[in-house]
Amino acid sequence: MTMNTTGRPTAPAHADHISGDATISGSKGLLQHEPLIFETDRWAETGVDLPKTKGVKSRLGGVTRKADVQLPGLSEPEAVRHYVRLSQRNYAIDLGMFPLGSCTMKHNPRLNEKMARLPGFADIHPLQPFRSIQGAMELIKELEDWLLKLTNMHSVAMSPKAGAHGEYCGMMAIRQALIARGESETRKRVLVPASAHGTNPATAAQCGFIVDEIGADKRGRVDMDDLRSKLETTDDIAGIMLTNPNTCGLFETDIREIADLIHDAGGYFYCDGANFNAIVGRVRPGDLGIDAMHINLHKTFSTPHGGGGPGSGPTVLSEALSGFAPWPLMVVDSSHGTDLLTYADHQDDMPGSDVQPVGRLTAFQGQMGMFVRALAYIMSHGADGLKQVAEDAVLNANYIQARLKHVMTPAFDGFCMHEALFSDKFTAEGIETIDIAKSLIDEGYHPMTMYFPLVVHGAMLIEPTETESKAELDRFCDALEGIAKKAAEGDPRLKGAPYSAPMRRLDETQAARKPVLKWTAPEPDQMAAE
Amino acid sequence: MRYLPLTEEDRKDMLSVIGAKSVDDFYQDVPEVARLDGQVPDLPDHMTEFQVERHLTKLAAKNTTASDSAFFVGCGAYKHHVPASVDHIIQRSEFLTTYTPYQPEIAQGTLQTLFEFQTQVAELTAMDVANASMYDGSTGCGEAALMACRATRRKKVILSGGLHPHYAEVTRTVCDAQGIEVVQLPVGVDDELALADAVDDDTACVIGQSPNIFGTVTDLSAVAEAAHEKKALFVSVFTEAVALGLVPPPGEMGADIAVGEGQSIGNSLNFGGPYVGLFACTQKLMRQMPGRLCGETVDADGKRGFVLTLSTREQHIRRDKATSNICTNSGLCTLAFTSHMTLLGGTGLKQLAEINHEKACQLADGLESIKGVEILTPRFFNEFAFRVPISAYDALQELLDRDVVGGVRVSRLFPEEPDLSNVIIATATECTSDEDIALYVDSLKDIIG
Repeated sequence: MTMNTTGRPTAPAHADHISGDATISGSKGLLQHEPLIFETDRWAETGVDLPKTKGVKSRLGGVTRKADVQLPGLSEPEAVRHYVRLSQRNYAIDLGMFPLGSCTMKHNPRLNEKMARLPGFADIHPLQPFRSIQGAMELIKELEDWLLKLTNMHSVAMSPKAGAHGEYCGMMAIRQALIARGESETRKRVLVPASAHGTNPATAAQCGFIVDEIGADKRGRVDMDDLRSKLETTDDIAGIMLTNPNTCGLFETDIREIADLIHDAGGYFYCDGANFNAIVGRVRPGDLGIDAMHINLHKTFSTPHGGGGPGSGPTVLSEALSGFAPWPLMVVDSSHGTDLLTYADHQDDMPGSDVQPVGRLTAFQGQMGMFVRALAYIMSHGADGLKQVAEDAVLNANYIQARLKHVMTPAFDGFCMHEALFSDKFTAEGIETIDIAKSLIDEGYHPMTMYFPLVVHGAMLIEPTETESKAELDRFCDALEGIAKKAAEGDPRLKGAPYSAPMRRLDETQAARKPVLKWTAPEPDQMAAE
Repeated sequence: MRYLPLTEEDRKDMLSVIGAKSVDDFYQDVPEVARLDGQVPDLPDHMTEFQVERHLTKLAAKNTTASDSAFFVGCGAYKHHVPASVDHIIQRSEFLTTYTPYQPEIAQGTLQTLFEFQTQVAELTAMDVANASMYDGSTGCGEAALMACRATRRKKVILSGGLHPHYAEVTRTVCDAQGIEVVQLPVGVDDELALADAVDDDTACVIGQSPNIFGTVTDLSAVAEAAHEKKALFVSVFTEAVALGLVPPPGEMGADIAVGEGQSIGNSLNFGGPYVGLFACTQKLMRQMPGRLCGETVDADGKRGFVLTLSTREQHIRRDKATSNICTNSGLCTLAFTSHMTLLGGTGLKQLAEINHEKACQLADGLESIKGVEILTPRFFNEFAFRVPISAYDALQELLDRDVVGGVRVSRLFPEEPDLSNVIIATATECTSDEDIALYVDSLKDIIG
């Protein structure tokens, strides 16, 4: 059927004099106004149908809640609309390039989502009898095998819940190893580069270590002279936490020598694996002399970031640290006739073993939902595809660096790895990194990571990942090139960006000065006034 | 390769723009000894989508799911119904494939849901403020202990004998690393109030749980009072969020910090994770909280909006002086929680809690009718401990042969308590049918003989 256009205008009228800014509803076309769920009148309602109770005698013994929970209950259509409307205020990888350096926002394959929702993985309980969950145990074992071979390490702790939790796991294993050596009270100093992610020093401190900062050299790598000077006394050295490729997007050229120096000093080498995606399938961290490294499954292996988690941070360990991995440990139980994959939760479960685990890091055995997704991703790529992943990620970043180095200031000379780092040197007086970042929003892109790493002034860290096409990279570079030129000219319009996002710049100072962290009902007299 | 958009021609063109001969040029900094000749050895090449799907589906099929059996396992993770719309909402691209909301102008979707989540958690726990979630309940419990030590400048933590043993172990691990003394009270089904007697002038906090690991519901107000008398804090733990629809919430009992597992609302069992830790406290302690916080503000046009706030507590600003090393929360699981809670409302939550309680009472009534079975938990919500006249391990194995996943044997949780080796903790929820209960009771009767 053709559309009937009789009597209907088929082209926009010339209506320059009509202003379309303000609306009665507060909506803007597809962008619907959406209040908080608490600003409804459904306080006594519920949007679920539940069976009636039968009046069986209670066994609560009268220990009950005094004031009922006061929360609104929306019907399904209202609830779905609420969240879909809110979703339209979010930028996402599925909408466009999300070049947040060090965060690795790559495409999230939908096969992973489908597999994680198989009832055989999503609808099983961590404390079921092992006999009834052998498929899940096999899956974890397969993933472990991949991670160990890709890193050439000795063992892997699967339970860490996120990258920082993996750091914690690795640093606690180091602490436990020092306890076993009887040196935990003397070896407290952990070397951490100034360029490190904030979680590194925070983790070291949380494990009871003292952070000693080391500087970067002119090439953006560890300043080896500074490192050597920090190692003049060695009997208090617990280890080093070093990101490789580092937070400047560069491979630590002297990494083998660093490993040797730390080991000679009696310490251990923790490698932050946040940037493993730049080398996966091409370089095995175990060949670099490290003792522990977490792998962010949500970065390298594409499990979704979900607006800030859940993450997953399996931590690979060298032979020296393997005996200190946290509970639970996967073991084969042959005591009931057949070989069962089971978890040992306590020393009692491992008679005759000399393991000395650091303890337990979380209630159960880790982020199964992320394990399934990561394995689906890994198998889809294979050893050949993962190598290509790293190479394309690095190629894309170098392409961006090459295209923009004439208008922006690369922080360091030479090729980069998976992310391109620029300083704000090229900007005119008064224009800052944040203005460039916010201007990218108007161009339809998520900003790059800004003001990190701290060692570069006004840092802009751009990580495209391997899942961007050349056409998309070109569009992005065209946009950023244009903004960079305006920044160099000092275009004051940049200061007000973004102009076309769902919101203008938000006042973070006000939010922190008098924090409002939850909705509270307006005072009755105030309601009457409105 | 279906996820990689670059063509061979693109790669050549890009290399020439860059001025590199091949990608090997980018890896020149890799030490000679670590350079691989080709790809990583002993690993297979890529697979098609349907090959991967077939392989994983086969593994999944080997597992007995909670839905295709009579299922009674709880102890920190619970089989509840998740509305279809919740799973749909969390799969929206804009929620699923976005990052921590660092750029609030284009992340109001995530931020507003976090603000609503924090409000819901504060109301559920009856506390002043809640954060944007922790990894799970157990890690939240450890963080609560550290927070109490920071706030009181004391270094001693006392755990009840009914605290989930995994929560206790996580707390011991994190405290140990900071030289904090952890006192564990003897394991007991109904001994939560013993915390009140244990608190002394050095105590930073006492950590009690209701319902506890054995399912026992306790009004812990006396514990809070005893703690406050010694200027210590009371940390109130729960592992079953649905219970708070019916049992006294932490805030009503005088808790300073409330911490619990939120998996029950909106999230699947997932074999242990991902879950969502709920964390709330009094206004007074707000600036000591770990984790992300979302707060209200205005934009340049004066419009209400939301941002991450109080970040001066956090690792990216404070580095080694931060309140916690936490960077990620449990974003998508908070969305599942908050969207399910938005459907339930206070009214639905209470109904849900009542049904859970009734199912558990029905189960207890049935089991109690079996000769030799003794219910040990005096007051419970939806799970309870009971003694069988044979080993709990054998009983559960035989039940499994009859498609009954009958609960958790206490010996798995407390191997050092031989007296409890014939005790099972069983859980019923709204998903438990009358037929499931009948099958359990009949099967156990038959097994015990």
